[in-house]
Amino acid sequence: MIKFFLMVNKQGQTRLSKYYEHVDINKRTLLETEVIKSCLSRSNEQCSFIEYKDFKLIYRQYAALFIVVGVNDTENEMAIYEFIHNFVEVLDEYFSRVSELDVSFSTTVLHSTRHRVKPEAEPIDELPKTCSAGEPQEACCLTDDSFRGSVSTPIC
Amino acid sequence: MVAPSLKLQDLIEEIRGAKTQAQEREVIQKECAHIRASFREGDPLHRHRQLAKLLYVHMLGYPAHFGQMECLKLIASPRFTDKRVGYLGAMLLLDERQDAHLLITNSIKNDLSQGIQPVQGLALCTLSTMGSAEMCQDLATEVEKLLLQPSPYVRKKAILTAVHIIRKVPELSNIFLPSCAQLLHERHHGVLLGTITLITELCERSPAALRHFRKVVPQLVQKLRTLVTTGYSTEHSISGVSDPFLQVQILRLLRILGRNHEESSEAMNDLLAQVATNTDTSRNAGSAVLFETVLTIMDIPSAAGLRVLAINILGRFLLHSDKNIRYVALMSLLRLVQSDHNAVQRHRPTVVDCLQETDASLSRRALELSLALVNSSNVRAMTRELQAFLESCPPDLRADCASGILLAAERFAPTKRWHMDTILHVLTTAGTYVRDDAVANLTQLIAGAQELHAYSVRRLYSALAEDISQQPLVQVAAWCIGEYGDLLLEGNCEDIEPLQVEEEEVLALLERVLQSHMSLPATRGYALTALMKLSTRLRGDNNRIRQVVSIYGSCLDVELQQRAVEYNALFRKYDHMRAAILEKMPLVERGGPQVDEEAKESKAAAKLSEAAPVPAEPQASKLLDLLDLLDGPSEDAQHPPPLDPSPGGALVQLLDLPYAPPPPAPIPSLKVFEREGVQLNLSFIRPPGTPALLLITVTVTNSSGGDVTHFICQAAVPKSFQLQLQAPTGDTVPAQGGLPITQLFRILNPNKTPLRLKLRLTYNHFGQPVQEIFEVNNLPVETWQ
Repeated sequence: MIKFFLMVNKQGQTRLSKYYEHVDINKRTLLETEVIKSCLSRSNEQCSFIEYKDFKLIYRQYAALFIVVGVNDTENEMAIYEFIHNFVEVLDEYFSRVSELDVSFSTTVLHSTRHRVKPEAEPIDELPKTCSAGEPQEACCLTDDSFRGSVSTPIC
Repeated sequence: MVAPSLKLQDLIEEIRGAKTQAQEREVIQKECAHIRASFREGDPLHRHRQLAKLLYVHMLGYPAHFGQMECLKLIASPRFTDKRVGYLGAMLLLDERQDAHLLITNSIKNDLSQGIQPVQGLALCTLSTMGSAEMCQDLATEVEKLLLQPSPYVRKKAILTAVHIIRKVPELSNIFLPSCAQLLHERHHGVLLGTITLITELCERSPAALRHFRKVVPQLVQKLRTLVTTGYSTEHSISGVSDPFLQVQILRLLRILGRNHEESSEAMNDLLAQVATNTDTSRNAGSAVLFETVLTIMDIPSAAGLRVLAINILGRFLLHSDKNIRYVALMSLLRLVQSDHNAVQRHRPTVVDCLQETDASLSRRALELSLALVNSSNVRAMTRELQAFLESCPPDLRADCASGILLAAERFAPTKRWHMDTILHVLTTAGTYVRDDAVANLTQLIAGAQELHAYSVRRLYSALAEDISQQPLVQVAAWCIGEYGDLLLEGNCEDIEPLQVEEEEVLALLERVLQSHMSLPATRGYALTALMKLSTRLRGDNNRIRQVVSIYGSCLDVELQQRAVEYNALFRKYDHMRAAILEKMPLVERGGPQVDEEAKESKAAAKLSEAAPVPAEPQASKLLDLLDLLDGPSEDAQHPPPLDPSPGGALVQLLDLPYAPPPPAPIPSLKVFEREGVQLNLSFIRPPGTPALLLITVTVTNSSGGDVTHFICQAAVPKSFQLQLQAPTGDTVPAQGGLPITQLFRILNPNKTPLRLKLRLTYNHFGQPVQEIFEVNNLPVETWQ
């Protein structure tokens, strides 16, 4: 069961958050900062699954943005890992080369997309998306909003 | 006339422009004031914009409850843009705890039956996110009608809403059962995925549904086969694997259907083998599918060859360069270690290599798995590896590692001397992290090994001379020196190089321990007693010892002071009895972890002389007595308190598992308590391997109309028993035969005395707190004989 879905940038600013179980609003900001701290302290060679309190965090980094999903232990971690990437690809198609700015400014769109990408039932394509069989990772690049336009950091 | 309100984009720009937290708060508060004013005025045109801004602010963590009623108004409006923001707001701001949430039920109902497809979609989405039990009950029939709508978009969402409804209100699952069979024939992957999830949910909740759906196993097998063998398809392929998410979900459902059911498992065997061999694992998607396949193979009663295949796949994963895959492999191997111990043993070297990982999650898993893999044949090698790991591992893993090594050593030690060496090594490396009973265990061990006395006292002396900061080590060493000081001074021992120790050195060392600020009060107690014992063992005169003892007669610590005063008295008035009192201690039976060794001393002293002031060491029991219920048959009021499972719970339970698979023994179970529909049953098991052990499973059921919450059960037994309570499965029993709570008690009865058990229950029922204390009568004789 997915507990929450977060997109947080390196400075700790939340771009998108959705909790599938009730968490008090003041606990949320605390949770987000703690989560981002544990993700930031990991290096590139370490694995993407962190054990945090009584659930697991599965995170992926895209330029300056971290997408973190908190799950309990009935989930297949690697499927969730794939799911995160799928979500990002959907956004990529919609915004054509999505960047953090797009993410910041279009909260309503993001929520709608995320609602179509439900927990357990994994992504259900709402927006017509053709997943290129070739190298989907490289096709989607998020540019850091401090360098407009050029730098594309391929994903971890 | 209010100035035209900001658009959402502009607000976000402003917030991003704020340089400090305080500035941001200012901007937001100003904007919230505008929003509140606008809501009060009731401007219908811009309401959606205001709510959108409010939702953004809510995401940043600011209170937004005043927007709830606006959500309702927006949902009721006929415009799509309004509805969209309104539903979004409902999902984020309204949940079961708010009173307002029931008000949207009617709007949702209207939208579900009459709205256009996007609107139906929105309504379904909202219901599936925040629908409470009452809302679900009202709207279930509407949702069911939508399950068979022609448009796949709506059907998809309806299915997901059905999943949520079943989670909230399991009784409604019957409504959705008939449609499932038809939905399985879908071609649209989205709908199919939803259906599989729905069926999974139904099967997990009700055994009747499980039996019903076993019939579709062949169909599922067929679908999965087509997916696997299908070539590339643009719509669903992710890095070469066609729709991995659907594959994973089908595999999961097959796992649930095949569990404990031979027939279904047989139908799946070929398919699983095919998926396992054909999936391309160079990318993550393939590995995910393969992982799920392995999990499924392990859970169903599959053919032996298939299981071996699965474990080999996991072994291959372990050698993979990608950390994620290695982590996942370690985790699954941990689950398998009990059932397929030998197969996992083959991968032991790889697992041990993983201990060297820098990644914290990986090394933790590797540690748990290594500890589970220790058995009598590989114990020496494994312990060496684990000790090496202990020296270099991060501090949070040290406690687990140390306790793990000690437990493994206890179970599998080939010789006593090796055992002693291992414990000594652990104490010197990670002394501060070991559990409290390690000291008692070690003293017990040394006392029992006659031939090792000289060796052990020498090793401990050298260790102590080097370092007096590790408290458990100091305690053991002090005790040992006290008991066997004469052997220390004798000078020769075959096993280690001869160590010439002078009496003065020994006394100086003990005094250092006494005076050091690093020593705990308990350690000081040990050292003082050791000094006293040396007064009879050493040949020199006792002036130095008498001096020290009299100094501590005025110590501020009450415990030390008492001891010193009594020892002083021993020197002065009762000198003739001193030798007898301070004789070597007899070997005590394994009293269990919480009995302090000082109590043994007081027993020995009491036996020797009643006239002498018995050094009545108070029991320095470190565990609080939770219940003082049983006034047992003897006068001594102290009895072993119930031990809570240790904080390293997961690790200890894991190591316990290979040793307590209780085979069913036919002792009749007992109903011990019944009140207003709440019933407590005890069932007993005596594992044949350990005659002194009794396992009691307490089951709490509730057939009344009200829930039982905050249920706590505590137990007490007579002094000669040891009781261990494991954590219960929960503290709530829902009404009308909801899921019962079970809790396991372990009782050790080494003396085979008749068992008496007193229970204390506290819980809330029908809103009233209830407390019951009672003794269990009619315990069957087989429980203690």
